[in-house]
Formats: sequence, structure tokens, C-alpha cells
Amino acid sequence: MEKTTSPGKFTRFVLSWLILFVVWLMFTSTLAIQEVITGLITAFLIALFTSRFFTCCDFSIFSPVKLFYIFNYFFVFLWALITANLDVARRVISPKLPINPGIVKFKTKLTSDFAKMVLANSITLTPGTLSVDIIDDTYYIHWIDVKSLDPEEAHKDIAEQFEKILLKIF
Amino acid sequence: MNQILEIIGMVLLLIGGIFLFLGGLGIFRMPDTYNRLQAGTKATTLGGMSVILSVGLLEPGWFIKTLVLVIFIALSNPISSHALARANYKRKNYPYLKGGKEYDKYREVYQKEEEETA
Repeated sequence: MEKTTSPGKFTRFVLSWLILFVVWLMFTSTLAIQEVITGLITAFLIALFTSRFFTCCDFSIFSPVKLFYIFNYFFVFLWALITANLDVARRVISPKLPINPGIVKFKTKLTSDFAKMVLANSITLTPGTLSVDIIDDTYYIHWIDVKSLDPEEAHKDIAEQFEKILLKIF
Repeated sequence: MNQILEIIGMVLLLIGGIFLFLGGLGIFRMPDTYNRLQAGTKATTLGGMSVILSVGLLEPGWFIKTLVLVIFIALSNPISSHALARANYKRKNYPYLKGGKEYDKYREVYQKEEEETA
């Protein structure tokens, strides 16, 4: 798979150092000086080895517009997760088991690998859908209650609400 | 303040427990692997997240750590279910279909591969 957005070596290194350090701070949940120094050193060493796998984004991710859309995405996602659970609960409890399963496919407009991964994860956690495979820009989605086999309509029903926000972030 | 946090934590614990139970029931009732994964993944994600968050609320010193755990669950759970579903299809465990063969669009990918090797 080709990588359309791959930030430079230095950017990757600094960002993965930063993220590892923040995770360290959250896990130790203290600002004592010896913990912070240990964290900086540990994060530096791990970032040395792992920064070449870091392909998600560059520094523009911290611009206010993008941060706003990330915040927006978080709430859209949370709402989808809750409705997904209520949907599953409804199907499981009802005695007739109202399912009409199938695997549908559609194409995405997203280009970066990381954005495709986020979209696939979000699709898995939204009502009635489970991403089975991504081949280039085609998604194969298991749908518990198939409403339409047409790729365009499936795309509209399953992915559009996430995709339009992700296109603004990545 | 502590009491309010405790009540919210208890409610989250109850909600998480209910969803985890429904997920288990779904795994029991659904007809094939893919539908079981559907029920399992969604229920364990929200159920696990709210149980872990409720632990953080009942024990406020752990709250930030539980937040990290919630993020890890939200990232790793869908990936594992995708891997299970895809591996299952590669084992030729085809999904249960009510509407007939045209409801399985993923089949064409493997048919092409089979024709090429044949």
C-alpha cells in the first residue's frame, strides 16, 4: 500500500517522543522531578526505535481548526457507539432475532492509511456494521441488517458522517 | 462531591454490567461468527469502557490511568474483531445469509484468487 502522507524523519521522532511522554505522565499521574526525567529518557529511547512506524500525522494536527474537528469527531463517535449498543441490545433481546446479514462493499475518498484505519475502526463500532477488510480504497463491511446492496447508498448509510469529518482532519 | 462521584460511578458500573451481559447473550443467540462478533465487539467496548471509568470515579486517584485504558480499549477492540472476521473468511467460513448469494460481496475477491491459482 502506498503512503500518501508520510512526515519527515524528525517530525515523526519528535511527535512519537511527545506522545509516549504524555502517556507516561498519565500512567504515573505525578509531576515529581525524578519521574519526569525518567519518562523523558524512556520515551526518547523507545521513540528512537519506533518512530519509523509513526505515520499518522505531522505538526499541523495541532492547528485549532483540526483540533476542533477532532473534538467534533469524538462526540459523533461517542453517540454512534451508544446507539450501536442500544441497537445490538434490541436485536439480541427481541425473540424473533431481526437480522438480515450480508457483506457489502463501497469505495472511500480518504487517501492516507491512518485515516482509513480510523474510519474502519469507527465503522466497526457503529450500529450493525463490522469492517471485514480494506483492499486499497474498497471497504468490505459485514452488515447485520442490509438495507441496500448498492455501493453508493451503503457508503451514505455507513461511512458518510465520519468520512466528511476525517477529510477535514487528514 | 465525593458522594456524587460515587453515585455516577455506581450507575456506570451497572450500565457496563448490563451491556456486557447483553453481549454474552448475543454471542449465545446469533447464528454465525460474524454476527457474534458484531454483538461481542460493540457490547464489550462500551461495557468495558464504562466499567473501567466507574473504577476511576470510585477511586479518584486512578482516574487518569483509567482514561488511558479506555483509549486503549477503543483503539484495540475493533482491530482485533476485524482480524478475527478476516481470518475466519480466509478459513472459508462463509457468513450466514438470509437473502441469498448476492448478499455476500466479499466472495468475489477470493473467487478471483481461486481462478488465478486454478
